[in-house]
Amino acid sequence: MTLDFSTLLPYSGVIIEGLVTTLWLTVVTTFAGIALAIVVAYVRDLESGIMSRLLGGYVEVVRNTPFIVQLFFLFFGLPALGIPISAPVAALVAMVLNLGAYTAEILRAGIDSTARGQHEAARALGLSRLQSYRHVVLVPAFSRVYPSLISQCIIVMLGSAVVSQISVFDLTYAANFIQSRNFRGFEVYLVVTLIYLLLAVGMRRSFELVGRRLFAFRQGGSA
Amino acid sequence: MTDFTLWDIVRNLLLAGRWTVVLSLIAFAGGAAVGLVLTLLRMGGFKPIRWLIRLYVDVFQGTPLLMQLFLAYFGAAALGFDVSAWTAASLALTLFTSAFLCDIWRGCIEAVPSGQWQASRVLGLNYLQSMRHVILPQALRLAVPPTVGFSVQVIKGTALASVIGFVELTKAGTMLNNAAFAPFTIFALVALGYFILCYPLSRYARYLEKRLYGAGIR
Repeated sequence: MTLDFSTLLPYSGVIIEGLVTTLWLTVVTTFAGIALAIVVAYVRDLESGIMSRLLGGYVEVVRNTPFIVQLFFLFFGLPALGIPISAPVAALVAMVLNLGAYTAEILRAGIDSTARGQHEAARALGLSRLQSYRHVVLVPAFSRVYPSLISQCIIVMLGSAVVSQISVFDLTYAANFIQSRNFRGFEVYLVVTLIYLLLAVGMRRSFELVGRRLFAFRQGGSA
Repeated sequence: MTDFTLWDIVRNLLLAGRWTVVLSLIAFAGGAAVGLVLTLLRMGGFKPIRWLIRLYVDVFQGTPLLMQLFLAYFGAAALGFDVSAWTAASLALTLFTSAFLCDIWRGCIEAVPSGQWQASRVLGLNYLQSMRHVILPQALRLAVPPTVGFSVQVIKGTALASVIGFVELTKAGTMLNNAAFAPFTIFALVALGYFILCYPLSRYARYLEKRLYGAGIR
């Protein structure tokens, strides 16, 4: 057989449309997922009641079930309970819950390695509970686990390919769409796979750039 | 329309769950074999091979598993091979697993202090002997917890095989849902199935990790 990529050209608009969806899903998920993770890690770190246990259960359930099942559960299961949910919303909620759970666990590892005494010292110096948590616990924890955080965000971006299965018009959906029109499955999937690879590389670069600015205080330290 | 009792649903899911287990075992065994060869080649001195393996790892880690499955399934068909969903899923998951294990294991070998290498070479052991008698036994201890942890990702990864028509737990769930239309119950049960498979492995990995760090290694 011969590879023929020219049959893809008329569909470049479709690919771009899918790419835009994948991009916005990823950007929103990154911010919302990390925010969720901070709340979860904070509650689990400071409280030890029922709330903390519930959040622990949430983290374990998400980490030990496949993303595609979580997505199907939300998209097919919630409407059956009388809660209508559109495909893009289900996709976004599933992605945020997923990143939130993994990141909360990553953050916890970073928080655990901050000595309790530092938090107490900051309180004694007159910082409020939230101030001390933010500056003494959270920021150092983030800087310590930042490499794992980058990888996790990329994993969620790559995992978003699955949202095509509930017909969200993302990059993978675009590939399936084109494949069903021109029957050039291999070429389409090759090109789209390459786009994902570039996205992953681009994401890593951007995160590293941001990290260098955010955690500039660590440079020259014990990084 | 026939009525499905809860037991009908559970029974069918359990039957399909067998194939999730079998596919996970194939992917893990195949991935470990390929991954081991890649790791050893990568630790060798030949530059182009190291570079190629690094590219292999980066490509599999930097692209969606779903795309890898599509490429294996549709790609093989385009190349003129008639592959079943079984073959395509086993192949894609094996390659995917091998890339991640290769990366994990390389890290473990590199974590063995370089003085161990130098000492064994000074004692007259060659590369393979040093690797086998000095480095690998130490690297193995480090490798067990993350490897067990990664097996959870392999099991969850098999769920994507449902997309190319492989009937395992997830596909059985969607098929049952089309017939019985009880999505909440069915997908909760599917999730429970994966949880039962994955949670003990997650816990075990965490336990092993704690024990390793507790032993004061690294």
